[in-house]
Amino acid sequence: MTNHWIDIKNSNVIIIMGGNAAEAHPVGFGWVTEAMQHNNAKLVVVDPRFTRSAAVADYYAPLRSGTDIAFLLGVIRYLIETKQVNYDYVKAYTNAGYIVREDFSFNEGLFSGFNEETDSYDKESWYYELDEEGHAKIDPGFENPRCVWNLMKQHVDRYDFETVSNITGTPIADYEVVCQQIGSTHTHDRAATFMYALGWTHHTKGAQNIRSMAMVQLLLGNIGVLGGGVNALRGHSNVQGATDMGLLCQSLPGYLKLPSDKDTDLKTYLKHNTPIALRPDQTNYWQNYPKFFISQMKSYWGDNATAANDFGYDWVPKWDKQYDFTKHLDMAYHGEVNGYIIQGVNAINSMPNRNKVLKALSNLKYMVVLDALATETATFWQNADGFNEVNPAEIMTEVFRLPTTCFAEEEGSIVNSGRWMQWHWKGANPPGEAKPDAEILSGVLMEMRKLYKQEGGKLPEPLNAISWDYHNPLAPHAEEVARELNGKDLLTNRQISSFAELKDDGSTASACWIYAGSWTEEGNLMARRDNHDPSGKGVTPGWAFAWPANRRVLYNRASCDLNGKPWDPKRTIVEWVDGKWHGIDVGDFNMKLTPQQSAGPFIMQPEGVGRFFALKLLAEGPFPEHYEPMESPIGVNPLHKVTSNPAVRMLPGVKETLGSHKDFPYVATTYCVTEHFNFWSTHARLAAISMPETFVEMDEMLAAEKGIANGDWVTVSSKRGSIQTKALVTKRLQPLKVNGQLVHTIGLPRHGSHNALTRKSYSCNVLTTEVGDANTQVPEFKAFLVNIAKAEGI
Amino acid sequence: MNRRQFFKLCAAGAATSAISALGLMSEKAYAAVREFKLISAKETRNNCCYCSVGCGLLMYSKGSNGKNAEQTIFHIEGDADHPVNRGALCPKGAGLVDYVNSPNRLKYPEYRAPGSNEWTRISWDDAFQRIARLLKNDRDANLIEKNSAGTTVNRWLSTGMMTSSAMPNEGGYITQKFARALGLVAIDTIARN
Repeated sequence: MTNHWIDIKNSNVIIIMGGNAAEAHPVGFGWVTEAMQHNNAKLVVVDPRFTRSAAVADYYAPLRSGTDIAFLLGVIRYLIETKQVNYDYVKAYTNAGYIVREDFSFNEGLFSGFNEETDSYDKESWYYELDEEGHAKIDPGFENPRCVWNLMKQHVDRYDFETVSNITGTPIADYEVVCQQIGSTHTHDRAATFMYALGWTHHTKGAQNIRSMAMVQLLLGNIGVLGGGVNALRGHSNVQGATDMGLLCQSLPGYLKLPSDKDTDLKTYLKHNTPIALRPDQTNYWQNYPKFFISQMKSYWGDNATAANDFGYDWVPKWDKQYDFTKHLDMAYHGEVNGYIIQGVNAINSMPNRNKVLKALSNLKYMVVLDALATETATFWQNADGFNEVNPAEIMTEVFRLPTTCFAEEEGSIVNSGRWMQWHWKGANPPGEAKPDAEILSGVLMEMRKLYKQEGGKLPEPLNAISWDYHNPLAPHAEEVARELNGKDLLTNRQISSFAELKDDGSTASACWIYAGSWTEEGNLMARRDNHDPSGKGVTPGWAFAWPANRRVLYNRASCDLNGKPWDPKRTIVEWVDGKWHGIDVGDFNMKLTPQQSAGPFIMQPEGVGRFFALKLLAEGPFPEHYEPMESPIGVNPLHKVTSNPAVRMLPGVKETLGSHKDFPYVATTYCVTEHFNFWSTHARLAAISMPETFVEMDEMLAAEKGIANGDWVTVSSKRGSIQTKALVTKRLQPLKVNGQLVHTIGLPRHGSHNALTRKSYSCNVLTTEVGDANTQVPEFKAFLVNIAKAEGI
Repeated sequence: MNRRQFFKLCAAGAATSAISALGLMSEKAYAAVREFKLISAKETRNNCCYCSVGCGLLMYSKGSNGKNAEQTIFHIEGDADHPVNRGALCPKGAGLVDYVNSPNRLKYPEYRAPGSNEWTRISWDDAFQRIARLLKNDRDANLIEKNSAGTTVNRWLSTGMMTSSAMPNEGGYITQKFARALGLVAIDTIARN
């Protein structure tokens, strides 16, 4: 979230799209109803299903799953055409006036630079025109036909109401109301917030779904203001923290990059990752990248990181390809992987295409599972008729199942959607011999060090050099690690209080620069529990610590005009009064600068402004474009000949696992029910009693056509497999008219388990496809094709 | 007044009014109302482990955690002082105590041999030693020190790691250091799915 949960109460219009907060984030949703009751806010819900969020909405519009970009580009067209644009904001704080290179183009569904042989883009032309000094050229009057504003206008011009409705299936009357509601927040005194979750990320163009919305928010001047923002409702309790910790195949903590083969040495790596300002006098905060990285290396390797050895740069593994879950499991499927350490992930139920995952795990020589619960993953080698059909004697994988503590039995910090790092305390000992993950990994590492010492082996240096100087190397304390995450001045041995103190000469250490300030000489700021809200705007600076710098609303410089005057005096976050900045929140800029000096509010961008045109950052283009899901129920893209996202990664053999709408005519989408958190709460008795099984949700017309009654057993099949379950026939799903045909959608809850306290049930990943978003590789769990039939003989 | 003091006051008030109603104010009281069960419990602050709203929790446990007095959590509720959830919990959060005390919690390290159809209990030392051996053998055999262009890359692709999105940051950072020190690049968190 750019903002935070409580801030939703400051919104005037709340759009829930790509999520279902009432059901999946019910307590956070309390701030939506608060805004409706006390701020006269309107709630708009756009979803293929009439969800529990929709049930309390002022306006609901259905759309076909996988068509959000068409929906939102149509909103952009409407806003521009009806002049419901916050022009002051757009002119001052976005790249609308920036001039794009002459060789950039978009024709028939493809941007310039597409290579049909490699199915990827040469992105050279997706950039600004630069002047002699290397600065981007601007036309402040938006008259140049090559400026972003005019290119964007031209790009969205195709998305008129009829075209949008034809693609999305949203009735025009419903669509118009949603457009009007969103448009009403273009004035300075109104703000809209968008709340989204996996409903937007689980697509082959998930990142572009979110970008389309961010473009809408920029047009309306809704970013950096109270009640506005781009608000991802994250999933697991510490998924934000896991991402902050860089537990991804190309990341390091604090959104630094894991080096690749192209970063042949430290100097080259830093050059590739340290941007040069694209406009004069910009903060360009990533110019500090070397300070963050060198301080991180000092944290990793301690005294073993010196200027002479490039601070241990060579010990950091380099990537040549993106080895995300899907790619690496595909390698395991092909026998190229020997081992897996699986920590708190029920892979066999959550990774796409279960049958393939089962084969991949069966190919492993060893697997080490760290979990608090007995998951289906650890017992993938056990037969469960109908749910996991295997012959254990044929599976040669050695499996270790190691018990871990759960939240109640350990201390540490977790980060919520609003970036609040909240410290928690231990309330009991774990059952039996369970241990925290940190102790288990330390135990393994210390044994490995012993073995390398005894018998030698390949490259023992990083293993020995990694700093593990905890009071007990077999059991690092959360406090010690939290202090390490914050970082210290190595000359004085004092905890630093801000990332501004970090140096690139090896004299400071900080594992994760964005966490600097969380554990200072004052102590553990994450443990603070002062809920005082002095401004009444929901900003509670004394409750825990919000990264970065205890800032509660990101980009808040954009809440003021160029002279530091709030656009809306009722929504003041910061303001320039009597030659000084004042505010209820920590400014997202250098508060020693004048308003004019700090006028680029998007300080992480080298040009300091928000981007309608994303330059080279995304795989499939600098503007979003509607492409059909990989499995499309209409089989064509009504706009042009490019049916699905042209830049997706298609691993060899995966194309054959995709079904056609002729054999699998119905769209399937997955979702969560409020009683369950995937296959985790299914082990908690109360949750298991309140929602004891799974089902497939379908509309009445489809049920009638197929002769299926509520509660009947049905078979749902995709090109990848089939499951049997009960039908739930509802009015919440309705067929939509798309491109001249009726499209039915069926819904599959994600909580199916066969080894929990709930009734034995299918897991919906039997059906899902592994093709993922072209940037993030998040699998397309929200739009794939199935068939459905009444099951006989059950 | 904090929440605990409030409970104490309510309990004391209830006892006092019951006693006065019987006209026994100056006499020895023979009957007393049952004490509110959370008063003698230890209260620990935590946050819900499920979704990312980050609701505040109060966990109540019995036992001093001294020798022969194991602490056990018997009640979990929303933290009324928490500015986001203000004491509320959703249906999942309301059943958290059933997760903590689930019969499906793992208690001991276990091992499944190739081709076997059962678990056998092993010790932690045994587990660490055997896992370290397997990891080392695979790393020694498959770590790629230089790529075809001669660049130092030090990556180990034949073992992967899936990482938790519910453990605290501190465990996450230990995981990060562990994985990179070994040369793992195929690490991924459930953030992706």
